[in-house]
Amino acid sequence: MSDQSTEFTRLPETNEERDDPERATREEVLDFWADRFGVPSETFEGYTFWERGAGKLWLYQGSPPSPVDIEGLGMTFLRTRQEHWKPTLEAVQRFGEHASQNVIHLDEDAARAFVAGEDHELDWDGDWGYLVVTHDLAGAAEPVGVGLYVYGELRSQVPKGRRRDV
Amino acid sequence: MEPLDRYRPIIDDFEAFIDACERPLPSAIRVNTIKATVERVRTALADADIAYDPVDWHDGLFVLPEDSPGANWPYFHGWIHGQEEVSVIPATVLDPQPGERVWDACAAPGSKTTQLAALMEDTGEVVATDNNLGRISALRTNTERLGATTVAVTHEDGRNHSLKPFDGEGYDRALVDVPCSCEGTIRKNPDTLEDWSLSHVEGISGVQKGILKRAVEVTEPGGTVVYSTCTFAPEENEAVLDYVLDEVACEIVDYDLPLNHAPGITDWEDESFDPSVADAKRIYPHHNDTGGFFCAKLEVPAE
Repeated sequence: MSDQSTEFTRLPETNEERDDPERATREEVLDFWADRFGVPSETFEGYTFWERGAGKLWLYQGSPPSPVDIEGLGMTFLRTRQEHWKPTLEAVQRFGEHASQNVIHLDEDAARAFVAGEDHELDWDGDWGYLVVTHDLAGAAEPVGVGLYVYGELRSQVPKGRRRDV
Repeated sequence: MEPLDRYRPIIDDFEAFIDACERPLPSAIRVNTIKATVERVRTALADADIAYDPVDWHDGLFVLPEDSPGANWPYFHGWIHGQEEVSVIPATVLDPQPGERVWDACAAPGSKTTQLAALMEDTGEVVATDNNLGRISALRTNTERLGATTVAVTHEDGRNHSLKPFDGEGYDRALVDVPCSCEGTIRKNPDTLEDWSLSHVEGISGVQKGILKRAVEVTEPGGTVVYSTCTFAPEENEAVLDYVLDEVACEIVDYDLPLNHAPGITDWEDESFDPSVADAKRIYPHHNDTGGFFCAKLEVPAE
């Protein structure tokens, strides 16, 4: 299966239900969000998870029959089948408010640079890896996207098509 | 403006109409209530020094007199979406409710699709169809940026829309905002009329009839269908409604529209239409200082 596939298949609920050992389960997805970002599993109640191509997961509120052969199903959500699973910018903007760990807050200038796609040297005492990046908007912290923290640097993971000079 | 001369007999104050068509239109934005509240958007726009004017008939709409939406924080966060005032009308008239199943027959680039999802509080299901892969990619980008999780996108011609991927389930409501000759968008795109031809108008009206007919067929008894265009041509408006009334079980119903408008016309050139097409609304640029629009509400009879 390639990324050009238009076939969405629903994730198995648990390990017992999966045929493909490489394939993520719903349980693993919920554990990932809970373990890495502290997002409670209840946050995703009522949503279903789907894979299209290898490793690209989508989140949808609804239960079409699986597989379903269409162009889009809800939003892209998580990249799996690689060493470190990576949430999408869309997932973090939509659900990042529930995150309580591995969240890094940027000031206005740093947030602008992040959205423009620039990497940024800064000190961070927490884990390396993918972080939820927030900044202040309209008087409250708001998740803006995904950053990768390694070697004293926060690397912007904003996809090229989404970068902006705000 | 020459192709518009044919509407002299049906448009009141025709000179004011032409004058309005020659004036450019400022950008407008819709608040995306899936991700933000109207209040937070106001604050974010003010913080960014972006001037905005309220629109009196809709709380979640603002005109940006000096800016275009696109490169600012509220846009990046998917709190706002650039959408012209009249383009907000059809989803409002369709009035979908949380938890319902809705078909958006000509969905790209997704302004109305995401508005439907927001009106439904991002619950239920919006099946968004388009026949052009390039436009579908814009539809998907907008759906993602606005954070809608209930939109399923299908690539097909709306005239042959298949219920198969969803096990044959029909819809509570359908939005049929068809491709058209776009005369009403002249204030945004001044070259709209350059390629105007009557044969294009007549050709596209065949497509419009096919899509609207399919929409009525896939809507459950008691359900609602909204038909809209951004053009003035009766061939693409009342004539399409008149055709569908004869072909499938549905009726045109009246609705409230808090904008100045004219009724649908029942006579055009040597044709006359079913009297109920008068319940459709024509919105002209000189009536509310907007683009031009046409919108009708249909109901599928309960069994």
